[in-house]
Amino acid sequence: MQLKASILTSEELRRALTRIAHEILERNKGAEGLALVGVHTRGIPLAARLAAKLRELEGVDVPLGRLDITLYRDDLSEIARQPVIRETQLDFDMQPRRIILVDDVLYTGRTVRAALDALLDLGRPQSIQLAVLVDRGHRELPIRADYVGKNLPTARTELVKVKLEETDGVDAVELWERDGTPEQA
Amino acid sequence: MTAFSDTRPRHLLDFQGWSTERLTAILDNADTMLSVLDRPVRKVPALQGLTVCTVFFENSTRTRISFELAARRMSADVVSFAASSSSLSKGESLRDTIETLTAYKVDAFIVRHEASGAAHRVAQFSGKPTINAGDGRRAHPTQALLDAYTIRQEYGDLAGRNVTIIGDVRHSRVARSNTELLTRLGANVTLCGPATLLPRDLAGERVTLTTDARTAVKGAHTVMALRLQTERMDAGYLGSLPEYIQGYQVNEALMEHAEPGAIVLHPGPMNRDLEISADTADGPRSRILKQVENGQAVRMSVLYHLLVGRA
Repeated sequence: MQLKASILTSEELRRALTRIAHEILERNKGAEGLALVGVHTRGIPLAARLAAKLRELEGVDVPLGRLDITLYRDDLSEIARQPVIRETQLDFDMQPRRIILVDDVLYTGRTVRAALDALLDLGRPQSIQLAVLVDRGHRELPIRADYVGKNLPTARTELVKVKLEETDGVDAVELWERDGTPEQA
Repeated sequence: MTAFSDTRPRHLLDFQGWSTERLTAILDNADTMLSVLDRPVRKVPALQGLTVCTVFFENSTRTRISFELAARRMSADVVSFAASSSSLSKGESLRDTIETLTAYKVDAFIVRHEASGAAHRVAQFSGKPTINAGDGRRAHPTQALLDAYTIRQEYGDLAGRNVTIIGDVRHSRVARSNTELLTRLGANVTLCGPATLLPRDLAGERVTLTTDARTAVKGAHTVMALRLQTERMDAGYLGSLPEYIQGYQVNEALMEHAEPGAIVLHPGPMNRDLEISADTADGPRSRILKQVENGQAVRMSVLYHLLVGRA
């Protein structure tokens, strides 16, 4: 694989999240009644950062959850290779809340579909909105994000790598050229 | 991505070919499966579209229901085959039965049989993923996994834990599978019973044999009572039941010699006041109902590991 371009620096990533936080507050008229749910793996630290920004901007602690969607995925040959399921933790009542689902990259839409199925099996929130750091296109399902940090038209042969301090030791978004067949992300 | 030192096994007939990492992953994933059982919707779509067939040549309501619920919780369809009401009574062979079911596009088999090795034959005849739900005296791998899970749930880890298994070890596939799995996961196992019910060939590294129950439970963190399988005892294995109760019943007096806080397990079905006293079976040390609950979660995890991506 070969690095083609740096898409977001640490500072740009921070600004993108600040903008998303503002948009969330704007659309929902504040942070009351919201909850943030991060999709494993990198959606979780992104959701935590958005929660911190909402606290900073509004002084409200928005409940935070984590969602593993392995049991809901339909790309079976892929998950067959990684059978370890991670924790789902939603320690709040979803019924009265508007959920902001957070993920790093929106690509085919299959991960989001699985996340929606998983969330709805766990409770019945008032509504679900979707926030992603990068929308790289190539949707296979009728799904779109409500909040996007960066729209990035890509080729299927390319790979978008989101790196975060919490998981990778550095904040960056990079575009790589992949050898061989296209994959997720 | 998690890398395993073994290739992905096709069947769970015993633990042969299963790496310790993969067995540990089954126990890890059982945590998630247990949380699925606590949700408003106790079902996930992981095995949607697959059909699992339970083939029980030997009666077992609880194990069959545990497997069937586990498969349904994972969204698989389930069909059941009971030998007692089948064409086997008209002389059909095991091979013909399994090949017929395979022709119906069954994706996996869960087999219980009174003959050791029967599950291997089913795997061979069907070519489909097969889970051994107990064959003769040989193996009962999912029972061992749920026992290991229950002990791990109590202590966090199996390494260095002392597990004592008391009773009819000779006829027990549960004891055999448990001994293999628990020692692989780092536990020390003591097998105890009357000399006639204690096969010497099971002794080994981390496995101690004794005919003295008090010695056996000394230092034990977990004591497992085995069912006295009188239906399999065609020779004079036992002097008398009162004598057996006196020497080997798991009860409060015996448990006083174990570690404080030691737990009690029983693979079921129990003969109360025979191999285990009723007050111990129902008492605070007992994790017997926990085993039942955990059994469903562990079987969901086993089905997931074997079947996902193999439609």
